[in-house]
Order: sequence, then structure tokens, then C-alpha cells
Amino acid sequence: MTVDSADSTAAAQEAQPPRKRAAAKKSAKKSTGTTAAKGRPELVQLMTPEGKRVKNAAYDKYVTDITDDALRDLYRDMVMARRFDAEAVTLQRQGELGLWPSLLGQEAAQVGSGRATREDDYVFPTYREHGVAWCRGVDPTKLLGMFRGVNNGGWDPNSNNFQLYTIVIGSQALHATGYAMGVAKDGADSAVVAYFGDGASSQGDVAEAFTFSAVYNAPVVFFCQNNQWAISEPTEKQTRVPLYQRAQGYGFPGVRVDGNDVLAVLAVTRWALERARNGEGPTLVEAFTYRMGAHTTSDDPTKYRADEERASWEAKDPILRLRTYLEAQTDTDEGFFAELDAEAEALGKRVRDAVRAMPDPDHMAIFENVYADGHALVDEERAQFAAYQASFAEEGA
Amino acid sequence: MAVQKLPIAKAINESLRTALESDPKVLVMGEDVGKLGGVFRVTDGLQKDFGEDRVIDTPLAESGIVGTAIGLALRGYRPVVEIQFDGFVFPAYDQIVTQLAKMHARALGKVKVPVVVRIPYGGGIGAVEHHSESPEALFAHVAGLKVVTPSNSSDAYWMLQQAIQSDDPVIFFEPKRRYWDKGEVDTEAVPGDLHKAVVAREGTDVTLVAYGPMVKVCLEAAAAAQEEGKSIEVLDLRSISPVDFDAVQRSAEKTRRVVVVHEAPVFLGSGAEIAARITERCFYHLEAPVLRVGGYHAPYPPARLEEEYLPGLDRVLDAVDRSLAY
Ligand SMILES: Cc1ncc(C[n+]2csc(CCOP(=O)(O)OP(=O)(O)O)c2C)c(N)n1
Repeated sequence: MTVDSADSTAAAQEAQPPRKRAAAKKSAKKSTGTTAAKGRPELVQLMTPEGKRVKNAAYDKYVTDITDDALRDLYRDMVMARRFDAEAVTLQRQGELGLWPSLLGQEAAQVGSGRATREDDYVFPTYREHGVAWCRGVDPTKLLGMFRGVNNGGWDPNSNNFQLYTIVIGSQALHATGYAMGVAKDGADSAVVAYFGDGASSQGDVAEAFTFSAVYNAPVVFFCQNNQWAISEPTEKQTRVPLYQRAQGYGFPGVRVDGNDVLAVLAVTRWALERARNGEGPTLVEAFTYRMGAHTTSDDPTKYRADEERASWEAKDPILRLRTYLEAQTDTDEGFFAELDAEAEALGKRVRDAVRAMPDPDHMAIFENVYADGHALVDEERAQFAAYQASFAEEGA
Repeated sequence: MAVQKLPIAKAINESLRTALESDPKVLVMGEDVGKLGGVFRVTDGLQKDFGEDRVIDTPLAESGIVGTAIGLALRGYRPVVEIQFDGFVFPAYDQIVTQLAKMHARALGKVKVPVVVRIPYGGGIGAVEHHSESPEALFAHVAGLKVVTPSNSSDAYWMLQQAIQSDDPVIFFEPKRRYWDKGEVDTEAVPGDLHKAVVAREGTDVTLVAYGPMVKVCLEAAAAAQEEGKSIEVLDLRSISPVDFDAVQRSAEKTRRVVVVHEAPVFLGSGAEIAARITERCFYHLEAPVLRVGGYHAPYPPARLEEEYLPGLDRVLDAVDRSLAY
């Protein structure tokens, strides 16, 4: 049993029956007083990099329903997310996309947390959450429009409770908090997840989100993927304490989970979501992981980081880890992996075809949806623009 | 020989290098400015040569970057901060507008805050949202700030030197789609006034007033118009706050027709101020109303539409024709 705050909170929670939100509101003050780990940061892990299952008294109970079949589903999600991502990188290299932020290495953090959410939960992503989008049922081809440059978003956030990607760092942590405040006001037991990176944790918006969520006991889970880098800056350039420990200063628990261990991420996120649903307020989950590729396709990591570092993290590859487990500890046969490979290839092809078939937007789209109620100036400029465009057609005729 | 042919990005790099060398109080701060040399490599090699104390990789926090730069300036330093892209300056906008701009006045002139905020701005590079905006009017509207933008390598080098030497806060907009355009830089020249406009091309029929990334477009338009027998003058404003209205007036009175061109939305853009001033100053000289060419009252569009959104040769020439038709 670890000594960090999350464990003690989880243990404390175990002793009590889940509370109704109204009841919890009264006791909010009490429930948020937690202590952070002293000394070495603990890392919640349920499966070692060698694919060995390890016991964890606090978190095992959150994954008792995860059968071998369910593990295979998680494996599938990670393989599909990686395949999708690889296709997008290739499409960028071929000039079909302007830019792509790869999730390579972060599949477990995204799939573990994404699969922990319920349909009525709401997710506020940054710009790299392709694996979470997958888990939320967002058609992956929809994610590509903004990177191809045909739109600035590209999906209806309400159809899968998956908000649009947010490029301005950390902004969405506040939106998630506000949304969660609304959920609590409505008396609903949905939860909200805000994704952001270790770099984003330095933004004022994230600090303010922590403050608001704690003060209003908002049912929000802050899911920080610490992939060790913010473009060229290592985490040490953002913080001098382990990130998960920040939560303590705001009055809610923080926990660091092995972000390359999909089972541990699932368990920890489920625990945090349960706290939110039970009216116990926000939680900070720091998924300790690694960005194996470049920051985006525009970035050149050889300028700032050593090859050996990546190599050491490759040994902790989240997909490899689960595969080793499945092969050694379950009756998963070769057929499963072969079928999955074929399925992943089919996804790659579907994505490739969809991107190539994606039409450029109509010129008039510039003026679409600027206002919900319309605006005279936009109408005037739209008309001028249309007339100007038409003058070329006439010339051409 | 001090004349070199440099791309704008490299000219800015050289300018920062010169400033760091000549004044130990100059600091360079920002996200990824160190080892990476900035996402556009504008600060390439500076940390290697001047160390982490002078070329500072900051936490990912724009309010923090500008806010601490203000504090450093109050302590006698001259921070030159980099905002990675135009759309990311807004977390720092509060510090810039409510603090940086007003501190000198509030302290009865007793303190100076010589902070330079470098912002790569404008579109045309096929980027995702928040990477292509032209927010210069939002800064020019604020008293206490000076706002400038070079259009070529020599100005990039010299205007940044002058901005760093200025005791006032200067917002230094860098036309990012021109970073790779080469031009001559004479590092031993005597530079002109930071806030004076320059006639980039002489002409007699119409004046195009432009700055930053649009100067090149206007020069190309002038060259194209010449083939049709039209003589176009191009005025490179260089400074957006203050504006060199005398230069604008001189050119307006000479050609009697003016078109102001910028990438930023036309509505309440800097072109609006320039047009109004021209009307005030030289109403009786004008043969046509001052026209404006710029962006629309719409969010900067996705990359595949930016060619429609950005003023190009055709739109500038069309405005020239409209002006001449009066
Ligand atoms: C406010 C703001 N400043 C700067 C940027 C430019 N930028 C984009 S991603 C990034 C690094 C983000 O690092 P982190 O938060 O750790 O997330 P990661 O990309 O590693 O997942 C930066 C500096 C931005 N998008 N928004």
C-alpha cells in the first residue's frame, strides 16, 4: 500500500458507502483534506513493463470486471489508436495533412482513461487525444479535418460528449470545470474529464481551474498526460514538485499512475470518476508516460533530446506490455493478433481514402457560423465577397 | 564588410545576438527559445553562446512570461520575450494591457518598463487555428504601447535593435510568412527613426499603404500595375503605433488616391484610423475615398481557405482600379 494521497483517499472512501451529492456537499470540506506523498513519488502500476500483473490493494477492486476478453478489447483499442495515428503521420508526410500531433506512446493513458468514462460523462481534450476520441466513438476521420485545413473543429461536440480539440494550452481545463459545475447544479451524477499536458500545467488557466473546481467541489477529473516534454522543454522547466502533488495545495487528491499501463490507468481514472460522481469533487490524475515521436510533424526532437531516452521508454511500450501479458497469461491465440492486424490495416485504408476524398471547403464557408443570430457586417462582407468571386467567373466565361 | 544577405529570421537572430553582446542587461525569454532555438529557429544558437541565464526557456505560461519580464524590467533588465504564435499572446494580454502599458504613466514617469514582446504574426503558412492572426490593432489601441513591424531583413535587424533600446514597451510583430525571405542587412548603417514610414516604391497614380507581410504583396501589385501603365507608390508604414501620418499625408497629397492594405480584419483595423486621418488632413487633395483591403469580420479561416481570406495581388489591384475609377 502506497502512502500517497490517492491511496489514502481511496481507502477512506472504501470505508464509507457512496454518498449522494447533496450529502457530500455538506461534507465537501472534510472530504477534500488530503495529504500528498512524502518523498519519492509513487506510481500506481497494475502491470509491469514485462507484462506481469502486480497486486495493488487500493486499485485492484476497480478492475475486477476486466476479464481476458475485456483486456483484449483494451489491447484492440490501443492498436487501433496507434494505427490511426501512424496513418495520419504518413498522410502528413504525403502532404495530405498540414500538421499532425502524434499520440505514439500515449495509447494506454488515453485508452485507459477514455474507457473509464461513461456515455453521459463529458470530455474536454487538448489536440492529441485521438485515442480518447476513439473510445468516445468519434469517427476518427473527423479528427483530421482541422489538420488538413478544411475546418477549425469538425465534429459536433455533443454527439459523443467529446469537445473540440483545444489548441490554446490549458484553456479547456476551465471549460471542463464550468461544465462540471453545471452538472453538479443539475444534480446529475455525470463526471467531466479535462485532458492537458505537463507543459499546460504551468498555465494560469489550469491553476484557476484547480481553484474553481476545489471551491465549488466540481465533479471533474484533471487528466494530465505527463509525456515528459512540452515541445523542447522537459517537465523540470514547468515544475519542481511531481505534478500530481500540486493537487494537495488546492485541496483535492492527486495521484500518479503509470501511463503506459492501461489497466492501472483504467483503475485510477475509474476511482477518480467515482469520486466525482459521489460528490467528492475534483481529482488530479497524472499519467506518467512518454511522447515517443516528435511534438508534431513540424518538430525536430533531435535538437533537444537524446535517442537513448526514447529507447529506454520503448521498453515500457504500452502495447507491447499488454501483448506480452495476453500471450503469456491468457489463452489469446495468434489468430486474435492476426485479425486485429487486418482490422487495423482496414482502418488505415479507410482513413487514407476518407482524407483524400475530403473536399476543400466552399469559399463562402469563411462567413458561415460567425454568429448564431447573424450580423449585418458579416452579411455585407459576404455579399461583397460573393460578387467579387463572381466577377472572376464572368471573366473566365 | 558589414553587409550580408540574410533571411528575416536570421536578421532577427543577428539582432538579438548583437543586443545580448552589447548590453548585459538584455535577456531573451520564451517557450522553446533555448536548445530548440524557437519553433521558427529565430533564437537558434543564442542559448549555446550566452547561456541559460541570458536566454531563458520559460514555463509554458504567457501571462507568466510577460509578467515576470515586467518585474525584470523594473529591476533594470531589458527582456525581449518571444510569444510563440500570435494566437497565444492572449493569456498575456492582461499583463500587457493592464500593467506593461500603464506602468510608466502610473509611476509619474519614475519607472521604465523596456520590455519587447516579439510576436510572429499573420497567415499564409497553412497552419491550424490561432497560428495566423493579425491582432496588431488590439495593441495599437492601447496607450503606452509602441507597435512596430518590419517588412524586410534590414528593418528586422535595425528595428529590433531600436525596440530593445527604447525605454518604452514595444510590441514587435514579425511577419512569419516572410521569415525566409532574404534581403541585405548593413549592420554598420545608421538606421532611420523606428517610427518613420518609408517609401518602398515611388509612384504617382495611387498610394498603397501597407506594413509587415503585405508590403511584398503591394510591391508585386505595383509591378503588375506598371505593366498596365499605372504608377503605384508603396508606403511601408513600419510603425503601427505611432503612425507616421506626415509620410502618409505627403504620399496622399502626391497621388491623391490611397488604398490601405493589411491582413487584419478591416473593421476597426489600423486601416480605419489611417483612412480617417487622411480624410482629416488632406480632404481637398483626394480624388477618391480612401479604400481598405484586408481580412473579413470572421474568424481566420482554416488553411484551405486562407488564400481567399488574405489580400492577394488581385484584391489589391481591384482596389487600385476602384480608386482610379472615381
Ligand atoms: C497558450 C499557448 N501557448 C503556446 C502554445 C504552443 N504550443 C503548442 S503545444 C505546446 C507544448 C505543450 O506541451 P504539453 O502541455 O506538455 O502537451 P504535449 O503537447 O506534450 O502533449 C506549445 C508550447 C499553445 N498552443 N498555446
